[in-house]
Amino acid sequence: MAESAKPVPADLLPAYPSPLREFWLSFRVNRGATVALFYFILLVVAALFAPLIAPHLPAEQFRDALLAPPAWSEGGSWQFILGTDEVGRDILSRLLHGARLSLMIGSVSVLLSLIPGVALGLVAAFYPGAVGTAIMRVMDIMLALPSLLLAIAIVAVLGPGLGNTVLAIAIVGLPSYVRLARGSAMTELHRDYVVASRLAGASQLRLMFNTVLPNCMAPLIVQATLGFSSAILDAAALGFLGLGAPPPLPEWGTMLATARDYIQSAWWVVTMPGLAILITVLALNLMGDGLRDALDPKLKKG
Amino acid sequence: MFTFILRRLAVVIPTFLGITLLAFALIHMIPGDPVLIMVGERKLDPEFYKAAMARLGLDQPLYLQYWHYLTGMLHGDLGQSIVTQEPVMSEFLKLFPATLELSICAMLFATVFGLAAGIVAATRRGTVLDHTVMGAALTGYSMPIFWWGLILIIFFSVNLGWTPVSGRIDLQYDIAPRTGLMLIDTLLSGEEGAFKSAVMHLILPSIVLGTIPLAVIARMTRSSMLEVLREDYIRTARAKGLSRTRVVLVHALRNALMPVVTVIGLQVGTLLAGAVLTETIFSWPGIGKWLIDSISRRDYPVVQGGILLVATLIIVVNLLVDVLYGVINPRIRHAR
Repeated sequence: MAESAKPVPADLLPAYPSPLREFWLSFRVNRGATVALFYFILLVVAALFAPLIAPHLPAEQFRDALLAPPAWSEGGSWQFILGTDEVGRDILSRLLHGARLSLMIGSVSVLLSLIPGVALGLVAAFYPGAVGTAIMRVMDIMLALPSLLLAIAIVAVLGPGLGNTVLAIAIVGLPSYVRLARGSAMTELHRDYVVASRLAGASQLRLMFNTVLPNCMAPLIVQATLGFSSAILDAAALGFLGLGAPPPLPEWGTMLATARDYIQSAWWVVTMPGLAILITVLALNLMGDGLRDALDPKLKKG
Repeated sequence: MFTFILRRLAVVIPTFLGITLLAFALIHMIPGDPVLIMVGERKLDPEFYKAAMARLGLDQPLYLQYWHYLTGMLHGDLGQSIVTQEPVMSEFLKLFPATLELSICAMLFATVFGLAAGIVAATRRGTVLDHTVMGAALTGYSMPIFWWGLILIIFFSVNLGWTPVSGRIDLQYDIAPRTGLMLIDTLLSGEEGAFKSAVMHLILPSIVLGTIPLAVIARMTRSSMLEVLREDYIRTARAKGLSRTRVVLVHALRNALMPVVTVIGLQVGTLLAGAVLTETIFSWPGIGKWLIDSISRRDYPVVQGGILLVATLIIVVNLLVDVLYGVINPRIRHAR
């Protein structure tokens, strides 16, 4: 009792890292996720500068070099590093330009489902009566079909094409954001800081988006990363089935659809686009795992 | 138990009605109407158009149309295919066994190898083996299976010549469809070599369709095993002097299986979505290929009915898994 706590001199206070630095320190622990992040940055840069990096135009046909093998195998040349396809288009150039499409499909569809999804989820959490129940019932119906099947059904109605692919994938992704946003908002709603803010006279909208939402972001960011990877995968599947981006476009799945005829003769036409899809989706899933561990230690798996 | 089932049903029925509404809306949202699509490019006589609309009931108000659709559906009537003129239901029933057979084989493959991989990874936690197995599982989980199928065909069918490229059985065999399951029908037929041919045709598609479920099961088994292996009764069992294998396979696995069983049940959706891709690659005559073919033929009644049937199938299986889970685990049954 005699000794009262002395104030600690400022220079002896532990130096807390900035939030961003703290995040990076815990993200860095996961080596797979770090490698994946670097791959992803590289892919974004490659996609942005595809017209400068790509050795040829994506649609340019070299009629004297049909189905040329990759540079390192017999008969290949460094003019076409990953070989050419059945009409003599350079595969590397098409993959680089295809990266733009895949990243565009992924980011646009994630945004198109994240924003309305979060809004609907918050509404469902703030108005758990008839409105909330109705929203969640509709989401249950959408979840009854697996995402690819629902996307196929939507594209069957809207017709194939790039825009409809993005739209279908965005619709399909909606329920998971609604559920996540609602779930985390429900637990936050009864915390003291929300009650205090409400008593201080904050409007319902302010409570939703300024008070509660920032504290629900961690799982949403993780879901957005995973949603990005399934968007790329589903878009490629639609392209492969002939329901996605139409053929002249160098979409990775669409490239595979025509490649099927050459599995006997030209393995590289089949292998390369698939590898691009696999590595990109894998990288995004690794990043999702790393983000989950770094952002929310509670969610960390055993 | 009875009230538990009733409670589950109370959730499922509105979902099912929603699905019927969705399927009903599907055919009304397509550009043009079914009659115009049936006629195609030909010139249309207005009298014929009117008659056709009346015959299909499309001239009635929407709520009446939905009512007829719903009551017809509950009698098993899902309309008929524009292309083959066959009832959608009978086409579905004819093709479903092929998908069922493929799905069962894929799930067997996924469960056996997924469980084994998960157990090995959990018991060797932190070792190179664990990291390799889990890395492979994440790769499998990220796999574009339509590409994976092509790669397996290149390797096993084209280069090694071990497995056939497509179909359910060699053309030389004419097997009467008794159960619709080729493995059983070939055995019943008694034809020499037919069973082996059916097995060979099933191997690659099963691997392709089973890859994602395998990865999910492996990851789930590992994390569930790790949780159980920390429990006191495991230490007790070891302290009693039981062998490590016995403790892992009998004491731990039995308790770790619960979440794994649920995950296996929840893979039905993944399987049916995967069947669309797998069947397309291997020209497997099941409902997945049927759906995709119908979309490209613009056979909308089939698309509508097919989607509805697939969704119903998933809802029913998930309900069964829920109920089974309640039977095994009383805590779920009594939770509100």
